[in-house]
Amino acid sequence: MVLKVGDFKTDVHNDWCPGCGDFGIVNAIQMALAEMKIPRHQSAIFSGIGCSGKTSHFINVFGIHTLHGRVLTFAQGAKIANPNLEIIAVGGDGDGLGIGAGHFVAAGRRNVDMTYIIFDNAVYGLTKGQASPTLKLGEKTKSLPTPNTNYNVNPIGLAIASGFTFAARGYSYDVRQLKDLIVAAVNHKGLAFLDVLQPCPTYNDINTRDWFSGEDRIDETTKKPMPRIYKLEDTDYDPVVHFSDETELNQKKTQAIVKSLEWDSKIPTGIFYKNELITPFTRRLTDKIPNYLENPSALQKISRDGKSITNIDKILDSLDV
Amino acid sequence: MATDFTWMIGGPQGSGVETAANIFSQVFSKMGYQIFGKREYYSNIKGEHSYFAVRISDEKIRSSVKGTNMLIAFDAETIFRHADDVLENGIVIYDSTLENMRVSDVITFENDFKNRLENLLKSKNKEVTVKGMLDLASENGVKVHSVSFRSLLTELSEKLENPRIKNMNRMFNVLGVSLSLGLLMIPFEKLTESINSIFSKKKSIAEINVSAANFAYNYAAAKFEHNNLKFETKDVQDNTILVQGYYGTSIGKIIAGCRFQSYYPITPATDESNFLETNEILEINEDRPGSTLVVQTEDEISAIGMAIGSSLTGVRSATCTSGPGFALMTECLSWAGINEVPVVITFYQRSGPSTGLPTRHGQDDLLCAINSGVGEFPRIVYASGNVSDSFYDTTQVFNYADIFQVPVIHMLDKFIASSVTTCERFDETKVNIDRGKLLVEIPSDNYNRFAYTEDGISPRSKLGLENGIFWNTGDESDVQGHISEDPVNRVEKMDKRQSRLDYILEKIPEYEQIVQHSEGDFCIVSWGSTQGPILDAVDMLKNDGIDIGFIEIKLLHPFPKEVLKKSLSNSKTIINVEANYNGQLGSLIRQNLEKDPDYYILKFTGRPMTCTELYDTLKKIVNNNAQKREVLTYGA
Repeated sequence: MVLKVGDFKTDVHNDWCPGCGDFGIVNAIQMALAEMKIPRHQSAIFSGIGCSGKTSHFINVFGIHTLHGRVLTFAQGAKIANPNLEIIAVGGDGDGLGIGAGHFVAAGRRNVDMTYIIFDNAVYGLTKGQASPTLKLGEKTKSLPTPNTNYNVNPIGLAIASGFTFAARGYSYDVRQLKDLIVAAVNHKGLAFLDVLQPCPTYNDINTRDWFSGEDRIDETTKKPMPRIYKLEDTDYDPVVHFSDETELNQKKTQAIVKSLEWDSKIPTGIFYKNELITPFTRRLTDKIPNYLENPSALQKISRDGKSITNIDKILDSLDV
Repeated sequence: MATDFTWMIGGPQGSGVETAANIFSQVFSKMGYQIFGKREYYSNIKGEHSYFAVRISDEKIRSSVKGTNMLIAFDAETIFRHADDVLENGIVIYDSTLENMRVSDVITFENDFKNRLENLLKSKNKEVTVKGMLDLASENGVKVHSVSFRSLLTELSEKLENPRIKNMNRMFNVLGVSLSLGLLMIPFEKLTESINSIFSKKKSIAEINVSAANFAYNYAAAKFEHNNLKFETKDVQDNTILVQGYYGTSIGKIIAGCRFQSYYPITPATDESNFLETNEILEINEDRPGSTLVVQTEDEISAIGMAIGSSLTGVRSATCTSGPGFALMTECLSWAGINEVPVVITFYQRSGPSTGLPTRHGQDDLLCAINSGVGEFPRIVYASGNVSDSFYDTTQVFNYADIFQVPVIHMLDKFIASSVTTCERFDETKVNIDRGKLLVEIPSDNYNRFAYTEDGISPRSKLGLENGIFWNTGDESDVQGHISEDPVNRVEKMDKRQSRLDYILEKIPEYEQIVQHSEGDFCIVSWGSTQGPILDAVDMLKNDGIDIGFIEIKLLHPFPKEVLKKSLSNSKTIINVEANYNGQLGSLIRQNLEKDPDYYILKFTGRPMTCTELYDTLKKIVNNNAQKREVLTYGA
């Protein structure tokens, strides 16, 4: 059976606000899944809480809508227990970088082979627009009583510092590029992080779609807007760590962090960093459990006719008096 | 006359007190005796006081007693803390160089303890020194043997022509245990055998310890004045094993087919995860090797989150924690509840509130286990009373989780975790595995995870199963698992989940809900690890011609109201025994049976109950001169 994008859509009513950036992300995920021809039952979307948390209900694969900030814990548990599953975790920036920041960092250290997409709009939409971790210091979005008093977190920089081996940024109104980035993230061997700039039309009146496309910056000669977003793939930027060497690694990490700090007048999208020389967690487990990948927890038989088939004789013998 | 002898060794944390006690326990278990040992220690790495008391008997024992028959001390603190606890005709072996140490020289004493100790010694007109303390013991009829541990090492060092031995203070523990065995004239080969087995992975260390043991053993046999204690070697009963308390749940998980455990380090729960990881590769009958994946997470929230994620793939999954860790898990617990996910939380309680007494015993998290979490959802809370029970119960709680599709909280505690006992070898043939309605294949694509069924439990798919796609959400949801705020659906879904509590009571056999150990006009009702001291105390009373009933409640939620009512129908007086302040089980009895227990025997010092203090208190109750609420306080 040939899978089409439509096969990955559910008939669940989507209640996001008109014009929400989230639609582009869901479409891109569905397109990516169709393109990769992953059988529906072999993939699962895990989501956090908030508008983005509803994503799993709109995609016709296993959908696990978890708790605020905890999506990575559920997703990693499933992937480690059954490494044959293709797992994409999604959540908002408040979910992943605020309440879930500890899990974000720990996930980087593990480098479990899966994908994590953050819907990054700098506000807590579903609770009506409070400042989220990526909102810049001093900015006052629509529903804030006073300007934001916290410095913003840098998602790409934090991912790289935490050990994620793939860090990229997409833009929810560029669905084609986003789809390509999701495919690249899923195909990456290790934990892939994708930060998606996703304007919240209701509560973020600063980083709007018009702002990203530069409607406020008209080129005097062409009389056209000068978009803030540009693509790394259109430059000579090389995100890949090619060989296991400290200098190479440090250079690629630092250039990615420096690049991720660009904002305001030029905002890069694309792959910032990619390193497949670090072993994924699932591979690391084979060091201690040699047949883990062929016989992971989810494939193991534990009983026959209602009786356990685990042999504990040796353990008990060692306790014999 | 039956043997009943308690041996205690104390010393600073890190000085090998536990190793010494393990040697002692092995020696006597190999001689055919029953062992019950308990370990007490501070929340500290090195330096604070720890001790290990091992009780040996030729009859079945399940708890500790008040008082010590033999105390080994190579530091002053052990003498100050325990010498007055040595019974008449008991023995103290101590390091003679400590004699002039003063109470104020021991920097690890809490001020309160120091004041109490000084007042005690002054009131008895004794010096506030080790000598004063030992004089007090002597007055109590205790025989005191002194020996310089340092000189023993020096002499041994000269004898073996190994100058390094002279400074090996870490061998004080082996010297201590060997001195006591020499004095008791225990066959030396049992000692060698035990040392070799305990140090089996380090041959050279085993050798040097055997030399030291031999030297100290002979020293005591030759120099110490002998007593009339005699320990004959008996036949070891078939199928006897010597186990650490946490082995029950650990080995239970292995045989139950738990293949995923995530945890965050916390005392006293971590030992279990450590055991599972040490034994992670598993032998499977007629199949390739299996494995238990043990994942150390960044916190307890992640531990439970990962276990739930793993369970969604169809794997029997668990986490193991203590009170503070459990507190962090409760939001995820609610998620497992609303999504009907089977997951096991092994809950080794310690004493709260908050960090409380982090390395001490308590049963004060019962109501927390039953009630914490967001909203109303079904769960099972099940408790084990001893190590052996905890093995079988562990295999059973995984069945409950699968059959009823609920989170199961398995209650244990520090008393069980850090005891060492002989028991009958765990019987694998008694273990059954029932995965309930877990599906292995689904023929067509119209599956609904939360489909309504007659018994309220839906066939369960798992991630990766063809045609079995489902959705989960922490929101209320429809039969597919998609969010629904519809009020009619809400009522149906709440009924579906909550009716499970009645179904659980209906399906779990009565003998798994409560255990009626004995019957009597006076009837104890308790739960968990108080089982040991209660059974021993009931036996003691039986010797006095008094029959006391004892009902152990294992299923604490949903509460086995009817079964308990029936079991209590012949009892006139109900005695609630628990290691907490409020009598938490008592409150469940009040709530469910509309009956206030007549007496409460409670202990919350962080030290486990002894059968002796329980016996004394029960006797008071029987003689009608007890208070309604009796609080036990014994133990250092």
